Amino acid sequence: MANLFWRSRGLALATRRGLCTSAVEEQKGKGGKAVNLFSAINQALHIALESDPRTYVFGEDVSFGGVFRCTTGLADRFGKHRVFNTPLCEQGLVGFGIGLAAMGNRAIAEIQFADYIFPAFDQIVNEAAKFRYRSGNQFNCGGLTIRAPYGAVGHGGHYHSQSPEAFFCHVPGLKVVIPRSPREAKGLLLACIRDPNPTVFFEPKWLYRLAVEEVPEHDYMLPLSQAEVIRQGTDITLVAWGAQLAIMEQACVEAEKDGISCELIDLKTLIPWDKETVEASVRKTGKLLVSHEAPITGGFGAEICASIAESCFLRTCLFWQLEAPVARVCGLDTPFPLVYEPFYMPTKNKILDSIKATVSY
Amino acid sequence: MGVWFFARSSNIARQLKGQVGQGLLGIWRFGFSFGEIRPTHYSDLGDSGTLFSIRRFESAKAQKRIDDEEDRVLDFPGGRVTCNSQMAFIPESPEKQTLQCYRVLDDNGQTIVGSKFKEINEEVAIKMYSDMVTLQTMDTIFYEAQRQGRISFYLTSMGEEVISIASAAALSMDDVIFPQYREPGVLLWRGFTLQEFTNQLFGNKYDYGKGRQMPIHYGSNKLNYVTISSTIATQIPHAVGAAYAMKMDKKNACAVTYFGDGSTSEGDFHAALNFAAVMEAPVIFICRNNGWAISTPTSEQFRSDGIAVRGQAYGMRSIRVDGNDALAIYSAVHAAREMAINEHRPILIETLTYRVGHHSTSDDSTKYRPVDEIDHWRKARDPVTRFRKWVEKNGWWNDEDESALRNDVRKKVLNAIQVAEKVEKPPLAELFTDVYDHPPSNLCEQERLLRETVKRHPQDYPVDVPV
Repeated sequence: MANLFWRSRGLALATRRGLCTSAVEEQKGKGGKAVNLFSAINQALHIALESDPRTYVFGEDVSFGGVFRCTTGLADRFGKHRVFNTPLCEQGLVGFGIGLAAMGNRAIAEIQFADYIFPAFDQIVNEAAKFRYRSGNQFNCGGLTIRAPYGAVGHGGHYHSQSPEAFFCHVPGLKVVIPRSPREAKGLLLACIRDPNPTVFFEPKWLYRLAVEEVPEHDYMLPLSQAEVIRQGTDITLVAWGAQLAIMEQACVEAEKDGISCELIDLKTLIPWDKETVEASVRKTGKLLVSHEAPITGGFGAEICASIAESCFLRTCLFWQLEAPVARVCGLDTPFPLVYEPFYMPTKNKILDSIKATVSY
Repeated sequence: MGVWFFARSSNIARQLKGQVGQGLLGIWRFGFSFGEIRPTHYSDLGDSGTLFSIRRFESAKAQKRIDDEEDRVLDFPGGRVTCNSQMAFIPESPEKQTLQCYRVLDDNGQTIVGSKFKEINEEVAIKMYSDMVTLQTMDTIFYEAQRQGRISFYLTSMGEEVISIASAAALSMDDVIFPQYREPGVLLWRGFTLQEFTNQLFGNKYDYGKGRQMPIHYGSNKLNYVTISSTIATQIPHAVGAAYAMKMDKKNACAVTYFGDGSTSEGDFHAALNFAAVMEAPVIFICRNNGWAISTPTSEQFRSDGIAVRGQAYGMRSIRVDGNDALAIYSAVHAAREMAINEHRPILIETLTYRVGHHSTSDDSTKYRPVDEIDHWRKARDPVTRFRKWVEKNGWWNDEDESALRNDVRKKVLNAIQVAEKVEKPPLAELFTDVYDHPPSNLCEQERLLRETVKRHPQDYPVDVPV
């Protein structure tokens, strides 16, 4: 039945992440071995290196396979000149990647944790993002892809848990992509690597081992800037990305027991985002809830809510309009806390409460 | 980075504590906070030079001299090191003198007897000198054009003309340049025309950057000169990545990046040098140590003996060169290029010079440095004059050539300005292109809305930008 399930592995967090979801059952292109998310990433990197000799994979500790095992076997297969460790310096490795990409290569840079991407912020924001624009398209570093594990993991505390996607969503010239599952991760990562624009690809580290699904072994890409309705519904539109979709899915199942039909959208690409798909859904349901792990204030959920409030509140709109205030269920405006993580998180019941409140508004 | 396996680490720490107990922690504390815990045998401080010697361990172990091979040499993950029982800190600066500076031409344009340098033939020397004069002329006229309000900003190379031009002359066109903003001389050498410079300054529709950046942010794909950004030092790691790519592509070329003394305080500088050494990237780092980062003198920028000394700490060859000596720069860059490409290694070149001009047209440097100092460098130590003397001594140049060239260049620059300012600005559509390879829907929508607004309020918008 299910081609994706959250493997328990005896970890406490597995129960919190729930089991199989109806959303993923509907995925197209079934087939292939069941693999977890880090293995799917690993497959994508193998294919990227195999299919284009001008592709390089590098970062802190990637040679031996990486702290999350995403780069396992790559150095042996493709050589230490194409897959290599860099000194421990994020600004250096992103800057290096920009130069490598500017010479017509595909540079795949790994930041070990998204929490550590900030030393590279200037290189990403002022350099990578503007490289094409400021040169009038004489130069570009479109071959650059920055991979970084992000998000909660149950015991990561301040510096192994953050979701910094909103910072990068404020930067024209970048694409920001977050996959929800192994199959999505493989197809979206290959699309990012081959996209002619610099991309930041956040990988939900909670799902590296927990999310397992059948992943086609062949080379395939999934479209960027294209959201997906992963669960059809009529009463409320839910929007999320990455690991949060599994929580949203649980909330949908619970809500259904109360007779609430939720439509769940995986945004996948945060910028440039697929506003049309979200709008179409909200015009159908009349209600919107956005959820993310990052702190609520200034989170990307705010952008989605504001945009939808603008475009779906028009009197001239021929379709359904927003019938209730947009809702956000997100992380708290605190640093990511260790023992308080269960309190901080936008959990299933927080979402469920918000769904009920919004639907009965 | 980080402490991912912290749970495991703390277990290990606990175990270690159990096994080693106070012994290990005691030694740790000993070494780092001897001020608090001073064992009695430290009372013997009169024995200066052995304050932190092996003797402090005497109470824990029977006295033992480091005399067998086993104790003299230790293997660490980074290699073998020899040990010495005499504690000796490395001094903060060289004991005898500061790092010497490579120089070929004296102030009178005479080659110093016995100096080693790469010969330059007449044709190259004249082109070098002509470009220096052109750069001086451009700087004078463009600076004035900014003062007249015809362009919004300018930044001169005054006092540093020979660094960019002599280094460019020693490079090949295939070498990729990652410039800062005071190296238009490289572009000149490579054939960027006066009209191309001027189009950029005016941000007209022929500016390759499509009027998006401030004046002086030149770039040329054709000339392997990567477009300038205003951010300091960010281009340095790019050069390393590009150099690595060139090595992998087995190109007979290297990457070259320029920056000032202020840049060497930025993290990107340190990151880039370290990466270059580790990656064995064929890249030449050329620092223009001109004494001033806007108003900050080097004495407030760093305490090292300049820049070149840092190369060794990163594991790369480096040299300090008289930045006002075109022959020395040419020779050093030529040699650096050979080593970089043939031996796959980075080279650091520190050029010592002086920023004779203000930082930019937004700056008045007399507010923070003496006018006498500026005048001294402008008159007595002008690098272009020094090179001219050498060229003249070779019989390749005379006063007639000089006045003919200066008149000619002056006319050409003025003409380029007249042409450039009549050319219209890039069309509004270019505001939205090149953010991505193709404009996404949000940009298309924003363009549509903006055009409607412009139609309603045309008076709010510049008339020289075609809508």
